[in-house]
Amino acid sequence: MENNQRIELPQHLLDEVQRVISLFPEGKQKSALLRVLHIAQAHFGWLSVDVMDYVARLLHIQPIEVYEVATFYSMYDTQQVGKVKLEVCRTGPCMIEGAENIVNYIEKKLGIKDGETTADGIFTLKTVECLGACGYAPMLQAGEKFHEHLTEEKVDALIEAYRSNPVANYMGENQNG
Amino acid sequence: MARKLLLNNVHIEGIHTYDVYRKNGGYAAVEKALKTMSPDDVVEEVKKSGLRGRGGAGFPTGMKWSFLAKPEGVPRHLLCNADESEPGTFKDRYLMEKIPHLLIEGMILSSFALGANQSYIYIRGEYMFVLRIVEKAIAEAYANGWLGKNILGTGYDLDLSIMPGAGAYICGEETALIESLEGKRGNPRMKPPFPAIQGLWQRPTVVNNVETITAVVPIVNEGGDEYAKIGIGRSTGTKLISASGNVNKPGVYEIELGLSVEEFIYSDQYLGGMKNGKRLKACVPGGSSVPILPHYLVCKTANGEDRLMSYESLADGGFQTGSMLGSGGFIVYDEDQCIVRNTWNFARFYHHESCGQCSPCREGTGWMEKVLHRLEEGHGTIADIDLLWDIQRKIEGNTICPLGDAAAWPVAAAIRHFREEFEWHVNQPKESQIRNYGLVAEKSFQTENA
Repeated sequence: MENNQRIELPQHLLDEVQRVISLFPEGKQKSALLRVLHIAQAHFGWLSVDVMDYVARLLHIQPIEVYEVATFYSMYDTQQVGKVKLEVCRTGPCMIEGAENIVNYIEKKLGIKDGETTADGIFTLKTVECLGACGYAPMLQAGEKFHEHLTEEKVDALIEAYRSNPVANYMGENQNG
Repeated sequence: MARKLLLNNVHIEGIHTYDVYRKNGGYAAVEKALKTMSPDDVVEEVKKSGLRGRGGAGFPTGMKWSFLAKPEGVPRHLLCNADESEPGTFKDRYLMEKIPHLLIEGMILSSFALGANQSYIYIRGEYMFVLRIVEKAIAEAYANGWLGKNILGTGYDLDLSIMPGAGAYICGEETALIESLEGKRGNPRMKPPFPAIQGLWQRPTVVNNVETITAVVPIVNEGGDEYAKIGIGRSTGTKLISASGNVNKPGVYEIELGLSVEEFIYSDQYLGGMKNGKRLKACVPGGSSVPILPHYLVCKTANGEDRLMSYESLADGGFQTGSMLGSGGFIVYDEDQCIVRNTWNFARFYHHESCGQCSPCREGTGWMEKVLHRLEEGHGTIADIDLLWDIQRKIEGNTICPLGDAAAWPVAAAIRHFREEFEWHVNQPKESQIRNYGLVAEKSFQTENA
């Protein structure tokens, strides 16, 4: 995020923010925070302090109320990450089915380690805890999508697909960036 | 033929859409309840059904509902816990993905029973693709008059929406879920006051699991007495089981409670037996938190009786020789799996997910992870095994919420049943890095021996 770039969501996302706020009673707009942070992160790529301050203004709450939430939940990135996060589940049932081999394969293929981002800024690799796909292991999540029953061939294909179209990992209101 | 109450229509093409769901008898229970029953009648049917919470704790749902405070003029809320995060569990996701209107129908019935006019589904943030499916179904339900003002002209109003978490196992604990839905960190609250008295925005609140809420649909359709005829003893009805690990057919199964564990694992109707003809080494029957069972206690209890898929039978023998039905996250391990490695893996999970509020959990989960990693890598000592035992005992029961217990139990059970495998890692550090231990010897449990 360039410092001089103005931080503002496009109108269709601002409308979505208002819709989410309207799902709660008057004065309880803070309840929309987690969802609004998802929207903001999908649009801006990650949650910089400037983005979090902007979210605080949208919800009429204090910036600290946003920071403490953004740093608590593991899905929020308060550091810059790649356009596509490849999050490989490593918990019990996925471990049994070879999650470590998948992580090693991606590390080798992309030339990055767990937690790192490729030089072109497209991919970040992260190992994560149980994503609720234990019966379809091993698996990884890319943005909003689950990729299950992973093999090296499947990993090759999905990396190729995301490389040519990184926004494909989003759905719904964020689909158009 | 085993009866299915939740997944009976799941294979119908397009059942996730309103039209197909409706054509196949969907929303009939809402018509019945709103037009011919009072809210208390619905509560009564749920009590009669014997339905118990399907999220893990197994508390009777009708009783939980009856605790809800109803002060004049204060809104009350029903929250659906769709924060499914217990390792080994993926049934709620399956239900919501395949047949989202069943959850919406259950939410309408349950909200009506509790006198709630604004209800929320809280779904884990990683299930954003499922949120989108449910949100679309909610819009269809509004468009067809099942949600909103004056439903079916009965004067009953209900607004329903779905909100995401953002990656925190702890938010499956009901007070943490409430905090999160208020837009805060998911730190569990001290109880009392219980959510039934002071929950969301300090208002009376009921939190129920997805599967629990969907079970209200067949209970209203067929009556609580009919529902209670299915199952065994106090384990009434059907249960969704998420099966994973070294079996031929992992996946989500709806079983009648009381099915034998042996039939579940080995019959072709269910898991189809062990993959590659390997021997069964161990089983975690109810999600990562519940005690792991060694091979000889999976299909039989310590008394030699058939082990059944029920709250009581899986718990038979207490923590000494039994486990729990929990969330129904059924993980099967074959002889090639390492219990030390698995225990370390789970300990890392709980360390990662501890919210940090209570010292025994915040510090203890980290210590357990480190000590287990040391043992797994072949650098541990016999004293480390005793240290682990000591740490888990000091976590259990000493925290605000059950995450501490959930972290302690798998470690305790692993040492209780697989101590010889831990000792082998200490005594044969090199060998333990190149091969697995295999099955542990059968033990008798006359005395506590860990």
